[in-house]
Amino acid sequence: MKIPQLSVFLENRPSALLEPLQSLAAANINMAGISLADTEDFGILRILLKDSERARARLQGEGWAVTVSEMVAVDVVDHPGGLVRTLAVLAAAAVNIEYMYAFYLRHGGRVVLMFRFEDPDAAVAALAAAGITMVPEQDLY
Amino acid sequence: MLKERWNDAAGGFHSVSAPDFLPEAQLREVQLRRLQAIVTRAWKNVPLFRQRLDERGLTPDDIQSLADIAKLPFTVKTDLRDTYPFGLFASPMEDVVRLHASSGTTGKPIVVAYTEEDVQVWTEVMARTFAACTLHRGDIMQNSFGYGLFTGGLGTHYGAEALGAAVIPVSGGNTERQIMLLRDFGVTAICATPSFFVHLVDKAIEMGVDLKTLPLRVGVFGAEPWTDGMRERIQIDAGIEAFDIYGLSEITGPGVASECSEHEGLHVFEDHFYPEIIDPVTGQPLPDGEEGELVLTTLSKKAMPMIRYRTRDITAIITERCGCGRTLRRIRRISRRSDDMFIIRGVNVFPSQVEAALLQVEGTLPHYQIILTRTQGLDQMTVEVEVTPEVFSDKVRAMEELRSRIAHAIEHILGIRVGLRLVGPHSIPRSEGKARRVIDKRND
Repeated sequence: MKIPQLSVFLENRPSALLEPLQSLAAANINMAGISLADTEDFGILRILLKDSERARARLQGEGWAVTVSEMVAVDVVDHPGGLVRTLAVLAAAAVNIEYMYAFYLRHGGRVVLMFRFEDPDAAVAALAAAGITMVPEQDLY
Repeated sequence: MLKERWNDAAGGFHSVSAPDFLPEAQLREVQLRRLQAIVTRAWKNVPLFRQRLDERGLTPDDIQSLADIAKLPFTVKTDLRDTYPFGLFASPMEDVVRLHASSGTTGKPIVVAYTEEDVQVWTEVMARTFAACTLHRGDIMQNSFGYGLFTGGLGTHYGAEALGAAVIPVSGGNTERQIMLLRDFGVTAICATPSFFVHLVDKAIEMGVDLKTLPLRVGVFGAEPWTDGMRERIQIDAGIEAFDIYGLSEITGPGVASECSEHEGLHVFEDHFYPEIIDPVTGQPLPDGEEGELVLTTLSKKAMPMIRYRTRDITAIITERCGCGRTLRRIRRISRRSDDMFIIRGVNVFPSQVEAALLQVEGTLPHYQIILTRTQGLDQMTVEVEVTPEVFSDKVRAMEELRSRIAHAIEHILGIRVGLRLVGPHSIPRSEGKARRVIDKRND
């Protein structure tokens, strides 16, 4: 249930975002999801893509600081309180959320929530036990 | 010819090292005799030197003991610039066989000259350097010091050949090819600046080459100050024994002093280069053991004698006998230069202090740069530190923590507030010679 995500260190300067994305485009690597965390002097680019291993090898080879982390995709029911139930399960299991963002699922046209947990294994176990649907990697792209 | 002279011992003790073990009384005698001869030579042939002795009412006869050296005037770097290009030569061009020059990054270059005998002495002290660094016949030495006007490349080249090692004159730069040669040729020893070698280690990791598994066993590093922390990192990451060597073009180039296997300071080849330590402010000689500026006198250099040359390097003389048995006195590892120092908000700062702080913070390789700026009359110091893949995290919190850990470590050592910016890998220009650690924009 864990999905690999690439993160790339970016400096806070013009064209910092362009360069790694240009490199992926040149290698004909398509991205499925993207999120950017920014601080006053640096940013962290987070990318979800089918070809994550090839993308990692390419970016690392070019000298970018790249790290792979395990994400969990949760299919949140689209009605009031849909997210609340998921969060309550995580709270009850004392699982910390590092960050999260929305991801558009091509098949079915839904939006799922992509979570970065401090302890992804504990999170997956808690969500599964509560019957919350998670989306496996092969259904994402 | 030189090879035949020195290659008679194949392994273990090499006869070229014999002068390293001269009994002390004999060494002092040799030094005094050579000092008297070199002062006479400079007095006869170098007008600037003669004029300075005249001003002080001195003649070569006033040098009756080694202690008398303190009567003599200093030579400083600007003397070489002021007499550019050949004003300090003591030999006619007919006797000069080699000219080297500094790269001239600050103003005019300085020019140094060698007679055939000077090149032989240089070769000998470099062979003694490599012998002290455990090299021997059969070693394959990759020489990554720059060949050309810089003395590093050719000095180490001649010395290693004289010892009987096989030299690969690869020079600086072209990191990927360097790693290929290291691997394919089964290189056992490398000469480089420490900052270039760190760059090489990083690149090898990127290329998937594990230096630890290669035959490489010895690294001989010099041409810029480096710290023991950096040495540890190099030794662990590359699986080698790292030796520090010291030299400067004005004196001969590399080959002035070298570590031995004890790694407790660098033996000065003082039968050719006489060391003194002075107070850099007053110019007064300091007793052995006290820290100050290193002053060197070339005892045998024909083409361009340097009398009491102020090196600007800060160190101390160690007089205790070394475990290796060499009678040559040692200097402590040089980690700073009096002209590397900068003053910010009244505090003296050496780049080596910043480096020590960086090394304290786990996982930070020392690729950094110090930027000095002035905003509304107030000096600001910003340290740019490259993020390595090892310390990079996708969590903003972890990166902010890393940044504040490094900033605190630096502030703790310097006692002043500094700005700290994390920058991308390889965004700080790499040196293929000496690292440029400080960018001072305060007067821009």
